[in-house]
Amino acid sequence: MLDSAMKNQTNQAAGMSYPEKGEVLLSVRNLQKHFGKLHVLRGVSEEIRKGEVVFVIGPSGSGKSTFLRCLNLLEKPESGSIVFEGNELLADDINLDKHRQKIGMVFQHFNLFPHKTVLENITLAPIKLLGLSAAEAEDRADKLLEQIGLTEKKHAYPNTLSGGQKQRIAIARALAMQPDVMLFDEPTSALDPEMVGDVLKLMQELANDGMTMVIVSHEMGFAKNAADRVLFMDEGVIIESGTPAEVFDNPKEERTKNFLSKVL
Amino acid sequence: MLFIQGITDFIQMIAKYYPYFLKGTGNTLLLSFLATLLGFAIGMMLALFRINSSKNFLLKLMRMLSGVYIEIIRGTPLLVQLLLIFSSFKDMSRYTAGVIALSLNSAAYVAEIVRAGIQSVDRGQTEAARSLGMSSLMTYQEIILPQAIKNILPALGNEFIVLIKETAIVSMVGIADLMYSAGIVQSKTYQPIPPLMMAMIIYLILTLTLSKGMKTAERRLHRGDVR
Repeated sequence: MLDSAMKNQTNQAAGMSYPEKGEVLLSVRNLQKHFGKLHVLRGVSEEIRKGEVVFVIGPSGSGKSTFLRCLNLLEKPESGSIVFEGNELLADDINLDKHRQKIGMVFQHFNLFPHKTVLENITLAPIKLLGLSAAEAEDRADKLLEQIGLTEKKHAYPNTLSGGQKQRIAIARALAMQPDVMLFDEPTSALDPEMVGDVLKLMQELANDGMTMVIVSHEMGFAKNAADRVLFMDEGVIIESGTPAEVFDNPKEERTKNFLSKVL
Repeated sequence: MLFIQGITDFIQMIAKYYPYFLKGTGNTLLLSFLATLLGFAIGMMLALFRINSSKNFLLKLMRMLSGVYIEIIRGTPLLVQLLLIFSSFKDMSRYTAGVIALSLNSAAYVAEIVRAGIQSVDRGQTEAARSLGMSSLMTYQEIILPQAIKNILPALGNEFIVLIKETAIVSMVGIADLMYSAGIVQSKTYQPIPPLMMAMIIYLILTLTLSKGMKTAERRLHRGDVR
């Protein structure tokens, strides 16, 4: 019942059912990014296909979060190319806000709006940006809240919620814009261990429903189960890419082996 | 006995001269109100100019100029600023000059308060709003400023109270505010102290009322914080 409700939601999002994996949704070419003298991205190239669930793993400081944040230009790379649904996001004359509406993002620290209720957090962007009426937006929020099992928190303020609840609301807030891809920046890293399961379950449901997802995470167990593809990054480049079985069980590169031996 | 005599004299003084105090209080209120409003609006603009990180030449220039402006205003006495404005614009009514001087002065302090408030809002808030597709303007309106105002309300209330008290300085250029009225009553009664006491009481009533109002506003804005 939960699944079918969610399927409905995502089908509406695309205006039809999701096409088979294969069509390229996001294409990144040769991203370069410095923070001061630090060279964080040294030519990252990658393609994300529709419906794919891609995990980005790697040691801290490897540039994986920066790579993710470049995908919706929260960080602006100095050079390279990011093509989303056929549009070059690094072009000067692009309406970035319009495209960001289609790229949902979930943060490590949730970043819910503390001065707004759960309902307002979810409906703000759909009302202001998609032109939904308050009633339509509330309807959409109600469905999402039911999916994530937090209907009773509808009128609560974020400060009254637990970390796990906050993160699920944050995911609902992003989903309310009916994005074509969801970016997750270490979504469970700030959670108490007993809260992690709820968030991962929700992400698994999203994946099952065909949502395109790019996930930076340290949850290796979850990556093994949920990922279509795993990217291993180190020192600002993608060292290795493949199915979870390939990367986790049969890593080709020495650095991947080294990293996995420490975390698995 | 002497004390009771003092009280009686005081009441008689008020009974006789209250129209002066009334008029003075009215002018002080009007001045404070206009200066607070204008000062807040200008201060808000200064703050936004000051924190903009645009590479646009004009905005960069505005950032620098507002910084210089704030330093000059905060680094010089209000009295000097008032006299300078008053003397420079001979055609201007003294009330206009008074309002302008007070507003321009208050704006600098408000700007610093607002800037601190905006910078106190977590960067993640901006990122969340922008990632949803909100424009930078909408992000400020909907997300940053409401939180910033909430954070700075105590400091802002304090600035408004300071402003009410500072208006007393305009009596120097002959604006008939509360302080000026006290002066008139002093010269009419040949008594220096009772009129000053009366002025003090009225100032205190004004500032206490304002600070009570600000507390109520704070409480209402903090409704979301219940744990």
